[in-house]
Amino acid sequence: MSVVGKDMPHDSAVGHVSGESIYIDDMPSAKNELLVDFVGSPVACGHIKSVDYSEALKIKGVVACYTYKDLPGINKFGPIIQDEVLLCEDHSSFIGEPIVVIAAETRKALAKAKKAVKLVVEELEPALSIDAAIKKQDFLDKTYRIARGDAERVLKEAKHKLEGTCIIGGQEHFYLESQAALVVPGEYDQLVVHSSTQHPSEIQQVLAKVLGLQQNQVVVVTKRMGGGFGGKESQATHPAGMAALVALKTKRPARIIYTKDDDMKFTGKRHPFQNNFQVAFDDNGRILALKAHLYADGGAAADLSTAVLGRAITHIDNAYYIEHADVVGQICKTNYPPTTAFRGFGGPQGVATIESIVQDIAAYLKKDPLDVRLANLYGTTERNTTHYGQLLKHNTLPQLFEEVVGSSDYRNRRKLVDKFNSESRTHLKGLALTPVKFGISFTNTMLNQANALVNIYLDGTIQVSTGATEMGQGVNTNIKMLVADEFSIDPKCVIVMTTSTEKNNNTSATAASSATDLNGSAAVNACQKIKRSMAEVAARHFDRVETGIGAFPDRIVFADGHIYDERRPHNKLKWQELVAMSYRERVSLGERGYYATQGIGFDWSKGQGSPFLYFTCGCCVAEVVIDRFTGQMKVERVDILMDIGKSINPGINRGQVVGGFVQGMGWVTNEELKYSDKGALLSYSPTTYKIPNIQDIPAALHCNFIDNPNNTVNVRGSKAVGEPPLLLGLAVWAAVKDALVYAGKGQVPKLNLPATGEEILMRLTELKKTTLAVKSKGKEPAKIS
Amino acid sequence: MAEKNREDSSDMQRRADKAGGVTRRSFLRHLGAAGIAAAALPGGANSKDMTSEEKTLDTVVPIAGAMPVTLVINKKKHALKVDPRTTLLDCIRENLAITGTKKGCDHGQCGACTVHVNGRRVNSCLTLAVMHDGDEITTIEGLGQPDNLHPLQSAFIDCDAYQCGYCTSGQLMSAAALLNEPCGHSVDDIREAMSGNICRCGAYPNIIAAIQQVRAKA
Ligand code: FES
Ligand code: FES
Repeated sequence: MSVVGKDMPHDSAVGHVSGESIYIDDMPSAKNELLVDFVGSPVACGHIKSVDYSEALKIKGVVACYTYKDLPGINKFGPIIQDEVLLCEDHSSFIGEPIVVIAAETRKALAKAKKAVKLVVEELEPALSIDAAIKKQDFLDKTYRIARGDAERVLKEAKHKLEGTCIIGGQEHFYLESQAALVVPGEYDQLVVHSSTQHPSEIQQVLAKVLGLQQNQVVVVTKRMGGGFGGKESQATHPAGMAALVALKTKRPARIIYTKDDDMKFTGKRHPFQNNFQVAFDDNGRILALKAHLYADGGAAADLSTAVLGRAITHIDNAYYIEHADVVGQICKTNYPPTTAFRGFGGPQGVATIESIVQDIAAYLKKDPLDVRLANLYGTTERNTTHYGQLLKHNTLPQLFEEVVGSSDYRNRRKLVDKFNSESRTHLKGLALTPVKFGISFTNTMLNQANALVNIYLDGTIQVSTGATEMGQGVNTNIKMLVADEFSIDPKCVIVMTTSTEKNNNTSATAASSATDLNGSAAVNACQKIKRSMAEVAARHFDRVETGIGAFPDRIVFADGHIYDERRPHNKLKWQELVAMSYRERVSLGERGYYATQGIGFDWSKGQGSPFLYFTCGCCVAEVVIDRFTGQMKVERVDILMDIGKSINPGINRGQVVGGFVQGMGWVTNEELKYSDKGALLSYSPTTYKIPNIQDIPAALHCNFIDNPNNTVNVRGSKAVGEPPLLLGLAVWAAVKDALVYAGKGQVPKLNLPATGEEILMRLTELKKTTLAVKSKGKEPAKIS
Repeated sequence: MAEKNREDSSDMQRRADKAGGVTRRSFLRHLGAAGIAAAALPGGANSKDMTSEEKTLDTVVPIAGAMPVTLVINKKKHALKVDPRTTLLDCIRENLAITGTKKGCDHGQCGACTVHVNGRRVNSCLTLAVMHDGDEITTIEGLGQPDNLHPLQSAFIDCDAYQCGYCTSGQLMSAAALLNEPCGHSVDDIREAMSGNICRCGAYPNIIAAIQQVRAKA
């Protein structure tokens, strides 16, 4: 009886549909609970001259106001570089950066108090674009570089060259549950922090630091999140920190729930990028050399930007072998909330760049972009080393291409699109196939470790605790299935417990798609330790009841809720019997498991290494139709094919793939962040910021998986699926770009990301007006944006 | 920082009154007699003496400015006194601690707060609790319970029609209302009817499948 590989409902299924699932805002309030909110910087860059909250304190129900001066610890932290503050000191560096924390007994008092706080802030000149930061040469951290071969020389000698800039927008996470924390103070300044976070250990570490506590005084608990997508990794520290400050000072429980508007306005988003490139290629469109300079908008603090940039640089090859590559990246410091992790983590921006380049090459050579992709695709036996030196093992990309081209009927549909575009005067169609090859593991090798606690109770039921946090992606269900399978018992006997730093210490974020890989492996390790001891008990038992077989734990089998010696399979112990027997024999029925990914490593000083344990790959074919007069675009059909190894739970994985694709499609089409010239977010609600709606889902959406039993390096042969499908959304953007080629008649069209209706219309209009001179060898490279 | 000594609330009120500010109590006076009368105040309420009126109100209506309202939620009657500015959503979640209904945007833009009022779906963040005196309200808790799930709830489980679950109660309440609306049978009709409920996890295809499953059986 194995459950791994079968569909099993999400472990919160019944809770979700009945409304019983508890999120932080649903937790009952204590009688003396305080509500917490904050007053932030009114300007994007300012010198704080005075802060006066005396009037706020006079309001009935207001209990306390705090500024950085009240922080008992060190007001400086950051997940990679320590450059962030919990509360502004004399400088503010983005609109809404918290300055005053307010605690009140009622929501109304809180709202009044916010208005009563008087700030005098001198407005300084902010940097509100990547260009502005480049002009000031204001970068966060150093310049990162990965290079192979001699791109400079090849570019000089090549017959065909293109150069340009890819402009890539950010993205709001828009988790439905806003940032939230509830902090309950205990004895001796100990705090229990319920936080809607993907990274309880980071919250614990930061809170201890800013509050002047020891880490062991802070317990961070995460039951579940109403969505995270990367936005509750480092960005969850501010809300938790402010509530914790109140709880510590007032000795009363303190809760903070951001309003959706504030959450959108004041928390960090996906990094916008502006990537300059020069590419050289041959007549077949095969890329000979690529030079790229990536500029990421890091916002006001480093946050996770260096790691995000690292992933962009290591994913700019996507599925293509680039013999001569020189990729450089820098993080621009601007006056926006620090940009942060978001599903894909820089990967999408790297991949968008190369996919845009491939579309350009095809347009320039007047080829089907699919053929250019095939000419560049990583091979299985040669041309299979990335620009940073990692060998692709068991490369399934060629297989994925072949199968999806067939199943989507790509070649035939290309002809139909050609025909449609030559006939229709009102609409344009575009078709594109984009692949993804996503490296699995944290690029910071240190983070690839996890621990797990497995406890078996006397009735045979099990509690598992790991550092993984549940945000809907189904990690708890996966772990439950893995644990049930280790003992070969009914998954109903297993509960995955609330994540807490009390049980699992120094955990990594639930991020990089790796939660099941790492935490699942650690849980399996714990199970195996317990099984070893239990097998000894069983072996002794069978030796007693079956004469002459001796006690051989290696011969003990756990199957279908029973345990037996494989030489005497008729004589079985029930799982519960063996549990009770083990207890009587004083054998530990609880273990801690540990897992550290082996065989990975990367050296940034050389830009070389094998940072990833394996790659999750996939392809997506998208077809779009565009109204030539309005620019309005609709996605008509999507075919997704992925290699996710041996799926632990195909139903949950399918949901992740489709959901990831939809989120990626939103990023590349409608999700546009608009700011005022002062740096205030204007599109801060669902009316102005359009995430995909049910009506945006393509009428035909096919999602399939290939069989791949070869990923033996990972738990049960599975592959991580959280982030990779998001990058498949780029097929929609590439299809729009493809459509523009038809409109441009020989021009290489420009297209920024996202391709909103407005952007498309602008490009269509532009194509009517301009022509592009096709340059060849010896001349200047053709400029395309 | 300065932590304030907790003041006696009556001191507080007196000071506000003296300052001539609009307090909740004066707001209530502006609301007129109807609201107060409905509170069925004992005799003292008619007294012209300001002090005694305040006293009476304080005893009868402990929340300053609160208005009485009777809501029938999931077939259970709740006689409440709420601040007239309280949304139905906050009333359900906070005053009554029935938390299956979620707050996403609080502006009528996401559908997470969808409940039924007299059988019709409503964004509970967009309507005030006091406007629903006597109304029959159904929340997700009333749609079905873990041991007695509504067919749609079971179908949502069959079709994995959620991930994080935060939009789910709203989706289900919308879907349940749709079953009784003159909604066509095509996928497009369902999309149209469900377009007020957004799901960031992107579970839309599964949500459509779940609704279709139930409608096919009906
Ligand atoms: S919370 Fe009511 S519609 Fe969003
Ligand atoms: S399930 Fe997460 S928002 Fe819909």
